Amino acid sequence: MNKLNDQKRRVFLQKTMQGVGYGAFGVIAWSSYLSQSQAKNLILRPPGALSEKDFVSTCIRCGMCVESCPFDVLELSTISDQVSIGTPYFTAREEGCRMCPDIPCTSACPTGALDLPSLTVDNKLDINRARMGLSTINTQTCLAYLGLQCTMCFQACPLTGDAIFLEKERNVRTDMHALLKPVVNPDYCTGCGMCEHACPTTVASIKVLPLAITKGDIGSHFIVGWEEGDESRLIDTSNDVTLDRTPRNKKSALDNVNDVEGILDDILGGR
Amino acid sequence: MSKFLYRHRFYISRRIVQILILTAYFGANAYGWKIVAGNLSSSVLFGFIPLSDPFATLQMFFAGAVIATDILVGALVVFLVYSVIGGRFFCSWVCPVNIVTETAAALRRKLDFEEKEHALTFSRNIRYWVIAITLGLSLIFSLAAFEMISPIGIAHRGVIFGFGFGWLFLVAIFLFDLFSQQYGWCGHICPLGGFNALIGKYSLIKVVHDKEKCLDSLACFKVCPEVEVLNMVGKYSAPVTAAGCIKCGRCLEVCDNDAFHISVVSLAEQLKER
Ligand code: SF4
Ligand code: SF4
Ligand code: SF4
Ligand code: SF4
Ligand code: SF4
Repeated sequence: MNKLNDQKRRVFLQKTMQGVGYGAFGVIAWSSYLSQSQAKNLILRPPGALSEKDFVSTCIRCGMCVESCPFDVLELSTISDQVSIGTPYFTAREEGCRMCPDIPCTSACPTGALDLPSLTVDNKLDINRARMGLSTINTQTCLAYLGLQCTMCFQACPLTGDAIFLEKERNVRTDMHALLKPVVNPDYCTGCGMCEHACPTTVASIKVLPLAITKGDIGSHFIVGWEEGDESRLIDTSNDVTLDRTPRNKKSALDNVNDVEGILDDILGGR
Repeated sequence: MSKFLYRHRFYISRRIVQILILTAYFGANAYGWKIVAGNLSSSVLFGFIPLSDPFATLQMFFAGAVIATDILVGALVVFLVYSVIGGRFFCSWVCPVNIVTETAAALRRKLDFEEKEHALTFSRNIRYWVIAITLGLSLIFSLAAFEMISPIGIAHRGVIFGFGFGWLFLVAIFLFDLFSQQYGWCGHICPLGGFNALIGKYSLIKVVHDKEKCLDSLACFKVCPEVEVLNMVGKYSAPVTAAGCIKCGRCLEVCDNDAFHISVVSLAEQLKER
């Protein structure tokens, strides 16, 4: 190989490695941004949205849901928002979803990221099946729990009486008034956010958060025995539960007390 | 003046079309106009024709999303149109970033930066690598990887729905194109441009060079954003078949000798040229 050729090879190699260098730099920056942009759990999505993880990969970021919302509830995230870029969300404190019976947002979605069938019962749209989130009440700052007349959330709720009901209680402080405490029923609450929007305290005392965060799960360790059929929840759970129990001692109590060596073995790690 | 207009007839028409399209999208969101809804990722034209970006759709496929029929049909419509008329018509007549990069290039020419171009030169094939990397990252992160950073999406959504600080991306591209690399973004890196180029490789509408009329002024070389595609100029008559040509018509405009025209070139002819 002559000298000139060698020189060319060196230049070529250098150029290639330069490219690889820039490329590696770009790919690393890009990857770290992508890993930051994966599913975040703290935002409210429009009605009918898939689970957050599926949502961010299915939504094509066309904004048609945002355009079709007649109340301008929805926003399309920009790079400044802490939300996967270009996806729709709403902030309940600013605007609550008005629960349009014809669900224009979900109907406009071309990708199924907002899943219309999940809001359809017997070929009819039913916006009340939406589960955008679940409302929770901070009982230390809620005016009604403090004994003041409020019930703003109760009045704002589109499913008032079902999603929020008022629990009447004697006000022990004055002994002559009633507390009208709002209570949320997760069986009905759609997460529309109207209550959070309406709450008059400086920071809302009733907040809507995504279901994945607020909703508990009783699991299979407990049964509500007095509710008929509650044990049916356990039907699908497996039987082979292995409990990590200390084996029962088979010796008599007297033998056991006298068995000094056995006790020593136990203590000194003979097992 | 009329000479200036004539020499910029495509340039000016393209700007007008680009801005009209942006306005139509903007109006759909702001005033409820019914011409076209959505954005460049996916739209509905006249209320019933679905349009979806084939590249975005492919990324979603790699991200493991279930692709809805609407999106599939929309992507197919766009794919067919691109493969018949040429995918990079998108670049020259629709893409908002094209306005930014061509402005940077024009300024670069005005400031006479051309000669200093060699400090940093990228291969034009990088964009095809970026396509591969995009699909790989989409697979790994279950996200349409390019859509997450696409300046085209950021610009277009920005105009319709608000920018956030996304406009900084556009400033960065402008500066990069102005100072670092001529047509750096559109001519070297943008995977969407690359993807559309691949789709339209054998499209029927081509710019055709006529050697007999060419007086070797090389005016076309100065303005073409993809100069490599002009390799036949002054040597032999042939259609510009290289995928890179964005059909901007700049070469037609600046050539005083009419050595270029646009015409339909059949697939058979294109294959024969090679
Ligand atoms: S249901 Fe109506 S108010 Fe709620 S997000 Fe959809 S379009 Fe907007
Ligand atoms: S309409 Fe569907 S795909 Fe389009 S931005 Fe909204 S959720 Fe995403
Ligand atoms: S979010 Fe609030 S207003 Fe909406 S349904 Fe639930 S409790 Fe009612
Ligand atoms: S190369 Fe990319 S950014 Fe440039 S005009 Fe084409 S699509 Fe737009
Ligand atoms: S060959 Fe002509 S039409 Fe094609 S990109 Fe170059 S200047 Fe534009």
